[in-house]
Amino acid sequence: MDLVTVLQVLDSTVRLATPLLLACLAGLFSERSGIFDIGLEGKMLAAAFASAAIAAVTGSVWLGLLAGIVASLLMSGIHGLASITFRGNQLISGVAINFLASGLTVLIAQDWFGQGGRTPSLMGGGRFEPITLPFAEALSGVPVLGPVYAELISGHSILVYVAFLMVPLSWFVLFRTRFGLRLRAVGEAPEAVDTAGVSVIGLRYAAVMICGLLCGLAGAYLATGLQAGFVREMTAGRGYIALAALIFAKWRPWYALSACLLFGLLQAVALRYQNIDLGGITIPVQVMDALPYILTVVILAGFVGKAIPPRAGGEPYVKER
Amino acid sequence: MDKMPAWADAVLVPLISILLAAILSAIVILAIGENPVDAFKLMVDGALMRSSGWGYTLYYTTNFIFTGLCVAVAFHAKMFNIGGEGQAMIGGLGVALACLFIPFPHWSVALFVAMLAGGAFGAAWALIPSYLQAKRGSHIVITTIMFNFIAAAVLNYVLVNLLRPTGAMDPATATFPAATHLPTFQDMFAPEGSRLFRGSPANVTFFLAVLACIGFWFLIWRTKLGYEIRAFGHSESAAKYAGISPVRITIVSMLISGGLAGLMALNTTMGEAERLVLNATEGAGFIGIAVALMGRSHPVGVFLAALLFGFLYQGGAELALWTNIPRELITVIQALVILFTGALDNMVRMPLEKLFLGMRRNGQKG
Repeated sequence: MDLVTVLQVLDSTVRLATPLLLACLAGLFSERSGIFDIGLEGKMLAAAFASAAIAAVTGSVWLGLLAGIVASLLMSGIHGLASITFRGNQLISGVAINFLASGLTVLIAQDWFGQGGRTPSLMGGGRFEPITLPFAEALSGVPVLGPVYAELISGHSILVYVAFLMVPLSWFVLFRTRFGLRLRAVGEAPEAVDTAGVSVIGLRYAAVMICGLLCGLAGAYLATGLQAGFVREMTAGRGYIALAALIFAKWRPWYALSACLLFGLLQAVALRYQNIDLGGITIPVQVMDALPYILTVVILAGFVGKAIPPRAGGEPYVKER
Repeated sequence: MDKMPAWADAVLVPLISILLAAILSAIVILAIGENPVDAFKLMVDGALMRSSGWGYTLYYTTNFIFTGLCVAVAFHAKMFNIGGEGQAMIGGLGVALACLFIPFPHWSVALFVAMLAGGAFGAAWALIPSYLQAKRGSHIVITTIMFNFIAAAVLNYVLVNLLRPTGAMDPATATFPAATHLPTFQDMFAPEGSRLFRGSPANVTFFLAVLACIGFWFLIWRTKLGYEIRAFGHSESAAKYAGISPVRITIVSMLISGGLAGLMALNTTMGEAERLVLNATEGAGFIGIAVALMGRSHPVGVFLAALLFGFLYQGGAELALWTNIPRELITVIQALVILFTGALDNMVRMPLEKLFLGMRRNGQKG
């Protein structure tokens, strides 16, 4: 394998890891506050459709992004209503949101565009264009580092950089601010937060809405950055891979980055090579597809570094018992 | 003191939830410029007014009874088995292997052996998540989701690389031998030359599903194991105190759950397609969640809810055929049913409880 091939695989790793990373951080905020969210997939899907549809109609990718975020926030609102206000089962609510998004996106797409549940292909201003970072051209002559800078680091769309910046930002918010401390506390011991006079419901809604915002970015990137338009079920299980990455990262931002890059790499390799030949032993492509899930089960089983979720996760908070 | 009479809890709450889901669905249909009343009439015509429509409705119903019971068993043990889809996929593999490689003399023998194989394969797929839940405390919802994806990869590999007949393009097994073909409703009920149930896929497995409902009721409410499962579901600590092993109940109830999901493959793989295809489950494992929630985890409720979803599925296909409403409308209705009967249960329940409390207070005064 030469440098060019390696760079191409890594480049597509970065692009494939971006939606995973945004969704993973979204889940991080929600689950750290004690609200399990298996509806990441549905929120991303809703955002992907809304952003592609509005971008196609208006021709502006920024309006599309806004619409994607709004759609994802609406889904978050349903999740919040069900799991915080009405103290319903958070897992069942997540399942419902996934189906709601899966059905509504195709239904509305068919009604608006009549193209079998897809949006028209986005062109020009309807997509996020790659950004060439300064000096990328000039430095590309430098051996090794030049191509790495020009091919791998430069030339992604803005949302990729936003996603990677979200990692230190999430870490800072969660671990260095008062809001973050309270948010983590509400996921571990909500009764203590309540006793301190801080609103459990308010904090959890805030976390769920941050989750919606980040899922909105993830979905918008899928439809307007990674691809040019919406097709049915285009999230293709990414919400669940993000969930797996979240567990793999043990609910921590920097680990989330490495987990998402690892799973992105697996996707990139599976996309480029169908079956991998390792000196006589052939690894079928299905192993690559299943590997994130297998790794997550192994981690969950606790044989290699046990993953312990936030203590109050999944439990609706009732003030008096 | 119960806040509500039992009948209100069992009948009124689900009915109001369905009504809410129906109203919202009607609004969705209106929003895409179609008439909900016409759409409903078309669904009834296509699903219930012709014998072949019934043939399809009952075919789907059979699937949903099995997956609904699968989720319901786990609910009784206070677990959420979201892996019915994967367990049914692997169950299909068991059914296919039995049908392909054992020379059967008669379909009844084939059905019996395939039933054992499908059930065993489905149960085996639930074994690891249940063991991890019982012994290592890994959350069963997450592990069963992961196992759905692993099952899809396994099935994909087996169909593409191992079981696909040479020269065939699509990832599917060869057609099963004729001796394993199950009698359809047409074979069983239509006299010579009659058009009753013509071309519809409902088959003898439907009666197996009805038997499963009865067996489910007997297991949960009339056996020691069922008592232990319910006790464990109500309170783990109390169950432990009574000498019930949480590990055993967790694993056994998940094995039963996975086995029921595996039995669904009899209907799709052996009854309808007569070979194993990649997407044999068609999301029925997930519909089981809606069915179990709506049926309140009771076999009668599950049967009725499965019938409703069977009707919705067949009616939805008719809608997609004759109008501009795509089949995804059914996914939306399914989501709304899950939302209202599962997640937003309290939204329906709280005002009702208040109403009944108020009525009782007035009654005492007067």
